[in-house]
Amino acid sequence: MTERQVRVTSRQVGKIVAFAITIVIAALFVFPLYWMLVSSLETSRQVFSNPPTWWPGVFRLLNYASALEAFPFVRYFINSLLIAVPTTVFTTFSSALVAYGFSRLRWPFRDVIFYLVIGTLIIPSWVTLVPLYIMFNQLGLVDTYVPLIIPDALGGAFSIFLLRQFFLRQPRDLVDAALVDGASHFRVFLRIVLPLARPALAVVALFAFINSWSDFTGPLVYLSNPSLYTLQLGLYNLIGKNYVNWPDLMAASLVVMLPMVVVFFGAQRRLIEGITFTGIRG
Amino acid sequence: MATTTNRALAGAGIRGRLARLRRRHWEAVLGLLFISPWIVKFAWLQLYPMGASLVYSFTSYNMMQAPVYVGLANYSDLFTQDPLFWKAVVNTTLYTVCSVPLDLLVAFLFAILLNRNMPGRGAFRSAFYLPAVLPTVALSIVWIMVLNTRGGIVNDILGLAGLPAIPWLTSPNWALPSLIFVSMWTVGPMFVVFLAGLQDVPQEVYESARIDGASRVRTVWHITIPLISPIILFNTIIGLIGAMQIFTQPLVLFRTSTELGGPLNSALMYSVQLYQVAFSQLRMGYASAMAWLLFVVVFGFTMLAMLLSRRVVHYE
Repeated sequence: MTERQVRVTSRQVGKIVAFAITIVIAALFVFPLYWMLVSSLETSRQVFSNPPTWWPGVFRLLNYASALEAFPFVRYFINSLLIAVPTTVFTTFSSALVAYGFSRLRWPFRDVIFYLVIGTLIIPSWVTLVPLYIMFNQLGLVDTYVPLIIPDALGGAFSIFLLRQFFLRQPRDLVDAALVDGASHFRVFLRIVLPLARPALAVVALFAFINSWSDFTGPLVYLSNPSLYTLQLGLYNLIGKNYVNWPDLMAASLVVMLPMVVVFFGAQRRLIEGITFTGIRG
Repeated sequence: MATTTNRALAGAGIRGRLARLRRRHWEAVLGLLFISPWIVKFAWLQLYPMGASLVYSFTSYNMMQAPVYVGLANYSDLFTQDPLFWKAVVNTTLYTVCSVPLDLLVAFLFAILLNRNMPGRGAFRSAFYLPAVLPTVALSIVWIMVLNTRGGIVNDILGLAGLPAIPWLTSPNWALPSLIFVSMWTVGPMFVVFLAGLQDVPQEVYESARIDGASRVRTVWHITIPLISPIILFNTIIGLIGAMQIFTQPLVLFRTSTELGGPLNSALMYSVQLYQVAFSQLRMGYASAMAWLLFVVVFGFTMLAMLLSRRVVHYE
């Protein structure tokens, strides 16, 4: 073999090794989810059987029925939607509004204030949580969905950042032409800028929905009436202190995850583009 | 004739300037109107609570009676008479110091692996990213089962290799390492950001390194890492902020143990302790003091990271 051939084969070997490593890691990564699925189809005794059963012997779909009866699933599902849907709609709209103010209008200290928006990202939610709880309690809004919806509904820093970048990239001509024709900025925003920003709005809405759906701390702090619980809170309370029915719990967890899995596979390209753009989810 | 034209021109000039001024004025008002949702949020839900939190931190307040001013008593109690506070500080520091570098490393390695053409690249990317979008409660529940001492699959596999079972979530020695281990599962966003950064590195740089005969490891160390250092800084800061506030994972993972902080509070995290003080004991003043200390530390670390980065980070 010539030196060149050696180098080519060694590069191919390198490729194969990298591929093999990737497969192993990816398998490890997905394994807990697979294991969850397997366990959700087994009997309680099989879950911890030794040696482990890698493949469910029987498909006990009955577990899913009993999991959904173990807690008021439909009620909690509706509750979660009652929070996540308005949050998503409002946060997307207000973030877009704010982003327009930071990109298409010129006013003094605009960019300084924009840095302040980004700066708020490092405020730990725990610093504001105690006074906000006291305040919402005094307003009689604890045990309502208002404290869970309002903060996000007024816009999120990441969403504002992402949309601002997007608006800045849009061609100016269209907006300027409309303004010269006498359209107001609000009209331009609604009729021209928003429709053109649909892909970015979709990313913002997706993240808002995922975050709201997955939120645990907010419902844990603000909701004490069990009939108001969300799916995450219901699931948490399903973990018994002394006895856990694993197949049921796994089935319930999978069902709670399901909407997010659907969202993920339906929109993963957009999600990953969005992350790439802003750096992190949220 | 000429003078009237001049006067008309001058008038138009003034009027034009006035109109421009008015337009600029109007644009400033409009700008504030457009960002008004954020102004309301910032003033009402961020600035006011932060101030209120600082004021509460000098009081004793249980939400039933009016707050009583106690000066610095909350702070001095925290530092001198509260072993659980110190436990939470130590645990959270250990968690942050271990999990952030570990997660950065894992995410970076995944990104390096996938930053090349290989079959099924999209599927691999999804696999690494998926856990990060799933609800934390549901995800953490899986780990309670997988890491179960008797019959959990991890211990079963250890058993097949002839190793003794490890009480992952029930032993004070293993609770914190388990929490760190589990954090590796949600490196998705870090990984995607690294991958995007790697793809921005121009291919010619690698080509010339290869022609010069540099090995892959040397290329990564001397070329890739300096070139993507702003991304590393970004991921580090986001990782630090997240790690210092970790809450949901430990609460769910140690749900079956007697203490919220895991066996003998061996994995008691700062936020968990804060939650307990505020919402189980209703010591709102004390909790506010804890919250402010957290804010100062998070703020301090972020600033420190940015300052240090000026020396190390390479911006184009």
